[in-house]
Amino acid sequence: MNFDFSEEQTLLKDSVAKFIQNEYSYEARQKNSQSDAGYSEKNWSTFAELGWLCVPFTEEQGGIGGGPVEMMIMMEEFGKGLVVEPYFSSVVLSGGLLAKVGNENQQAELITGIIDGSKKIAFAYNESQARFDLHNVATQAEKNDQGYVINGNKSLVLHGASADLLIVSVRTSGESLDRDGITLLVVPANAEGVTVKATRTLDGQRAAEVQFANVAVGSDALLGEEGKAASVIDQVADEAILALCAEAVGSMEKLYKDTVAYTKERKQFGVAISGFQALQHRMVDMFTAHEQCKSLLLRAVLSYAAGDSDVAKNIAALKYQVGVSGQAVAHEAVQIHGGMGMTDEMSVGMYLKRINMINTLFGNADYHLQRFAELSAA
Amino acid sequence: MDIQFTPEDIAFQKEVRAFLSENVTDEIRRGYTGGEVDPDIMVKWQKILHKKGWVAPNWPAEIGGTGWTITQKYIFENECADSGAPSVIPFGLKMVAPVIYTFGSDEQKKRFLPDILESNVWWCQGYSEPGAGSDLAALQTKAELDGDHYVVNGQKIWTTYAQDADWIFCLVRTSSEGKRQAGISFLLIDMKTPGVEVRKIDTIDNQHTLNEVFFDNVRVPVENRIGEENKGWTYAKVLLTHERTAIAGVAQSKKGLQKLKEFTAQEKVGAGVLADDPLLAAKIAKVEIDLMALEYTELRAIASVSAGGAPGPESSILKIRGTEIQQAVSELTIEACGHYAHILNDGEAIGNDMSWVASAKYLYGRASTIYGGSNEVQKNIIAKMVLGL
Repeated sequence: MNFDFSEEQTLLKDSVAKFIQNEYSYEARQKNSQSDAGYSEKNWSTFAELGWLCVPFTEEQGGIGGGPVEMMIMMEEFGKGLVVEPYFSSVVLSGGLLAKVGNENQQAELITGIIDGSKKIAFAYNESQARFDLHNVATQAEKNDQGYVINGNKSLVLHGASADLLIVSVRTSGESLDRDGITLLVVPANAEGVTVKATRTLDGQRAAEVQFANVAVGSDALLGEEGKAASVIDQVADEAILALCAEAVGSMEKLYKDTVAYTKERKQFGVAISGFQALQHRMVDMFTAHEQCKSLLLRAVLSYAAGDSDVAKNIAALKYQVGVSGQAVAHEAVQIHGGMGMTDEMSVGMYLKRINMINTLFGNADYHLQRFAELSAA
Repeated sequence: MDIQFTPEDIAFQKEVRAFLSENVTDEIRRGYTGGEVDPDIMVKWQKILHKKGWVAPNWPAEIGGTGWTITQKYIFENECADSGAPSVIPFGLKMVAPVIYTFGSDEQKKRFLPDILESNVWWCQGYSEPGAGSDLAALQTKAELDGDHYVVNGQKIWTTYAQDADWIFCLVRTSSEGKRQAGISFLLIDMKTPGVEVRKIDTIDNQHTLNEVFFDNVRVPVENRIGEENKGWTYAKVLLTHERTAIAGVAQSKKGLQKLKEFTAQEKVGAGVLADDPLLAAKIAKVEIDLMALEYTELRAIASVSAGGAPGPESSILKIRGTEIQQAVSELTIEACGHYAHILNDGEAIGNDMSWVASAKYLYGRASTIYGGSNEVQKNIIAKMVLGL
């Protein structure tokens, strides 16, 4: 048994870490976050050039066949830099769906577009009444001779406003809470009847509220099997949770390290505040929380890679603990930074806001605690 | 020992309710919703309270207070919070005024108190400095005597609502000899004096609440000093205990918790409502129990104060638990709001109407355990003053 990275994995980690270190200062991140698109097109091209956009795809799809370990490596580094480029939405979510159930044409056109950076695709899965239930889908698609007509609303579509295409979960049969009857459709973002309202999120990222009013698409818009999308959505949700938790673990590492560094600089009562035992113990707790979350992350990632039977339990445990500990670590970081932790001048507050967002995406801590309890019941 | 309301108390409660239901309009409620306040609405509301004679329950009755019993004060606080009325801005009425009426000259009382009572002037507090936060006595803003004026140079930070303030009450260094605490004076400074500059601090809640205030050769008449030179620390300490008691915000937390419970009871999730979630319900229940305890701790503290003297070091408990509970309520509120709590308000509310206010309150609320003497400092005070450690 060992937890060492392979040579290729080490190279990947070094390459992403170096980019974050050199090109992704907090000031640069904020500038990109506040630009029109909400991220840097130049960075996106760099991601493509460095081969990061192709990591999770198979060689036949044009990728390098990276698995959950490679994804974890990248997302953890992204979490340290609070990366705003739409990697998660386009590569992890949409790329994940296309790689799993896309037909030959869809893979040839769309995955190629993702990999070379020419196409951004957002996954519109969330609805306001659904809270965290991915199968609670009220957006309807009526089938006709030509294809489908979509009506409904999607909420918090990550990077929805900068996407060229949307993959939309719609209901083609059954009631809004049914697992069966959910279908995925690929819709051009500029199709007639699609209204995209761009929103900014508190963590400095972008999303959109999207309305579909009699949006007609051809039958070639169908992604995967009609009415059977629930299982691929669940599978991509698992990968999404692994990726988001890796990002959060990277953020937690940055938070405890930045806090330790700050307390060594900050002087009150004539001494550096790092000398106060009351603060030392709290920073030890932050460090411990990070290590424990990292352990659950490795446990979940490795069991997913191996296809173990207890993978669902491991993922629920991870998402719960990262939700609780991530917020606790971020709250402590703000508190120990004192008034400075409240300012936009320091980055701790932005890490807090990102960690809170991650906690909400794909089910919060309570949601996964309940799920875990059900899965582990005797 | 008796905690029952008397018939007089019940009559008083009815009177307060009638007054509030007539005067607390939706406009007044908008005076303060999260971190940022609308100064015009606040002045309007405080003038309404003043007209009724109820704006300064903490002042002695003979100079504009209400002369209420502690039970009446408790009733008033709770009814105000329940009506959604914004809390009065504390810097004038609750913070500088007690210092002026306790330690100021008759001249100063006549000059400053009426305008505070009538909300004609807006005050802010100049205590913290970049190098003097938890260690407040390290402050370095200097006031040097030049004839009948002090010349003030230095910088204050975290100054809440300085952008709207007419006056600032400051702790300044007038001597660097002896103990650090013994060289500090309490000065009232007109914000319009040449050399005073306010700069906004950009904060994580995306609102404008905090500022830096710079003093560049600001000339302040000696008559604006409260009490004796180099005795300012003693006066400020009295003020700080008042501030801590006010920060507890029990009535506001009760109202926040009630709103949260109402929201979870009507917010639809799947086939039921959010309140059906046993984990969320249990977390809300735990906070409610904490709050029930704190409410009585506060009442016990108020009762002992009314029996004589200023609040003691046990007011630090109120500050610690009060702010922790405020934060817990705000954390549960953003949790209840789900995805919508994380969308930035660009002028148009998205999703439920609770979520934007919730996230602004939550984010600004992270400061509550930092300001007014951080909770770590409060624990030091309890350890030293109460437990004798």
